[in-house]
Amino acid sequence: MSIVQYLKPAFLEHPSRDNQIYKHAFNFRKIWKMTVLITAAVALIPLISITAIDYNVTQRALESEILLRAGRLASNTKRSIDFFLAKHKSVLDFLIHDNTFEELNSLNRLTGILNHLRTGFGGFVDIGIINSRGIQTSYVGDYKLEGKDYSTQPWFQKVVEQGMYISDVFLGFRKKPHFVIAVKRAYPGKTFESQNYVESGKIIEHEKPVESLADAQAQTLSGVQKSAEANKSYEEESFYGVENDFYVLRATIDAEHFNELLSNLELSGMGDAFLINHEGVIQTPSRLHGDVLTKTDIPVPSYSIHTEVKEYIDTKKNVNIVGYAYIPDTNFILMIVKKKAELMKSWYSTRSILIIFLVVSISIILGAILSLTTYLVNNMYIADKKRALAMHRIGYDNKLATIGRLAAGVAHEINNPLAVINEKAGLIKDMFTYQHKYEKDDKLIGLADSVISSVQRCGSITHRLLNFARHLEVSIQSINIKSLIQDVLGFLGKEAEYRSIKVLVDIPDDLPDMMCDRGKMQQIFLNLVNNAFSAISSDGTLKIEAKEKNSEFCTITVSDTGCGINSADLALIFEPFYTTKSSQGGTGLGLSITYGLVNEAGGYINVESEVGKGTRFMVTLPYKHNTGKEDKVCEYS
Amino acid sequence: MRILLVDDETDYVSTLAERLSFRGIEAQWASGGQEAMRYLENNQYDLAVLDVKMPKIGGIELKKQIQKRYPDMKFIYLTGHGSEEDYNKGVADSVYYLIKPVNIEDLVKMMKKAMEGK
Repeated sequence: MSIVQYLKPAFLEHPSRDNQIYKHAFNFRKIWKMTVLITAAVALIPLISITAIDYNVTQRALESEILLRAGRLASNTKRSIDFFLAKHKSVLDFLIHDNTFEELNSLNRLTGILNHLRTGFGGFVDIGIINSRGIQTSYVGDYKLEGKDYSTQPWFQKVVEQGMYISDVFLGFRKKPHFVIAVKRAYPGKTFESQNYVESGKIIEHEKPVESLADAQAQTLSGVQKSAEANKSYEEESFYGVENDFYVLRATIDAEHFNELLSNLELSGMGDAFLINHEGVIQTPSRLHGDVLTKTDIPVPSYSIHTEVKEYIDTKKNVNIVGYAYIPDTNFILMIVKKKAELMKSWYSTRSILIIFLVVSISIILGAILSLTTYLVNNMYIADKKRALAMHRIGYDNKLATIGRLAAGVAHEINNPLAVINEKAGLIKDMFTYQHKYEKDDKLIGLADSVISSVQRCGSITHRLLNFARHLEVSIQSINIKSLIQDVLGFLGKEAEYRSIKVLVDIPDDLPDMMCDRGKMQQIFLNLVNNAFSAISSDGTLKIEAKEKNSEFCTITVSDTGCGINSADLALIFEPFYTTKSSQGGTGLGLSITYGLVNEAGGYINVESEVGKGTRFMVTLPYKHNTGKEDKVCEYS
Repeated sequence: MRILLVDDETDYVSTLAERLSFRGIEAQWASGGQEAMRYLENNQYDLAVLDVKMPKIGGIELKKQIQKRYPDMKFIYLTGHGSEEDYNKGVADSVYYLIKPVNIEDLVKMMKKAMEGK
């Protein structure tokens, strides 16, 4: 038996009885469907709603947690970078204020400062002093940059304007990424005439005094002397207005040192932390979003004073969480980029567990609902069918009993006058025979004989009727199967004759007698023979065979050469109220009653049929009656 | 062989008696139990043929009464019903049994058999 049969009741497949006479039975299809639907709705709607709500809440909570974390990380990192830059800026600021221009122009002093910076802070590559004309007057580092003119460089313009400048990362002469921090100090108490340094013709002219200044530094002149000298030369050349003079301390810092700050960050979810400038050029190494000094694939986020978190969908349709912060006073933007899918991984596994749980729950609930409903409604259906069948059988049996009693009464009443006729005719015959008066008149004797034989025939009919009626009462007795079958055929013999149906009986004489109720046995075989007769059109054959199956059972086969039953109907012919002859007044109960009676007797019935060839009913009955299976409803009172 | 026939259907029983006389069997008929008992008081019979179903006293009851007084008498039941129940009662009483309408020759044969079984 497959699981489907447990979940789906058999009656769903049965043809509708709506148009038939027994439609009084409940509509079990509707009951089943309604029960399944309502129970499923009541059970599943809250489950699905709760799961959906939980799903959404959890997902949203996780998403906001991810955004929050990215934001926090960006903000912390921004603070670190801020601190790093501020630290370097402050130290340079301190140095420029702690040392005079002259002191800083002393190579020894500057070399000492660079060494202290390297050991104290690390990352300082070189350091230089640039005067207000943009000429590097003193320089300590790996390259010969003394006297280099920075006056045209934008960073120099910026430092002049803002007093402080932090450059973008650039390769510069060293072909190594580095950046510059420059701070400006007004020359205390000194003024000079500012010149147009941008004028190209002048620039070369300015180089000489710078070189001579460098020479002066090499000769370890005192800072005051040197600056006085320098001022002197400036004063000589000044022909523009007078303003406060200034100088710039410029330090190059290895970007590697800066990178460590970002690469040491522990980033989950394929994270990437790097700096870009306001133009979107990558400043520190990025794992996924481009090389240093190339333009990043992520669009430059709009300016915000605070740390912000945004979602960004890249070209591969991946959702990225971007936490960013504008580093104040610099051209840097800190970018923390994480793959959302990676971060949501734990959620995806939780989600699949949630979905599997939901699917399994729904399956279990539906399975339980279907099997329980099927079980209950099926039992109701069977009980209802049994009830209808029992009701019908009570009616049927009562009718049969009434007809039986009527027939018995009639038979008895007719029997007496028949006996009189019999004796009178006998007497006439006797008179002819014994008194020799009409001894020779064969015709008269023949007439008397025919009256007597007719009376005998009537007598046999009345006896059969009386016999039949009497067996409506339940009594278990020893029955000879052959005589039982002949009794049954006796009622239908005439019909068979009229319709030219050949009736063959093959029952061995030595078949043991059977202990059972004669009336019920008669009913079983009367039903089967009647059925066969209605299937046979004419000139057909009805065959009744009996043989011993084993020491406890014998099988009686009723086969016909009638129209046969198709396989769809065959499965249902023992179902109560199932009929293909409703238009001809069939109740669909004949075979179901037969089935019930055979079961009651402790036997079973099988059927084989082929459309157009005929049908075979095989009734297997025990020799000993099984009283345990007696159906009380069916007993005749 | 003296026979007493008892049946409430007088037309039937008288004809039966007449037919038996053709066959050399002398039979007296009575239309009921009381009449039968009267005959029995005055005459002696070897065998009684009794209809099972009769008003007032049925054949089975009548047989019991007769047998009390004349224990040697033999009996044959006649019945219109031919029920197995009746048959069983007949067998239990060791009485012969025929179903109406009877064949007269069968009845004669059964009478002889009953007498021989004495």
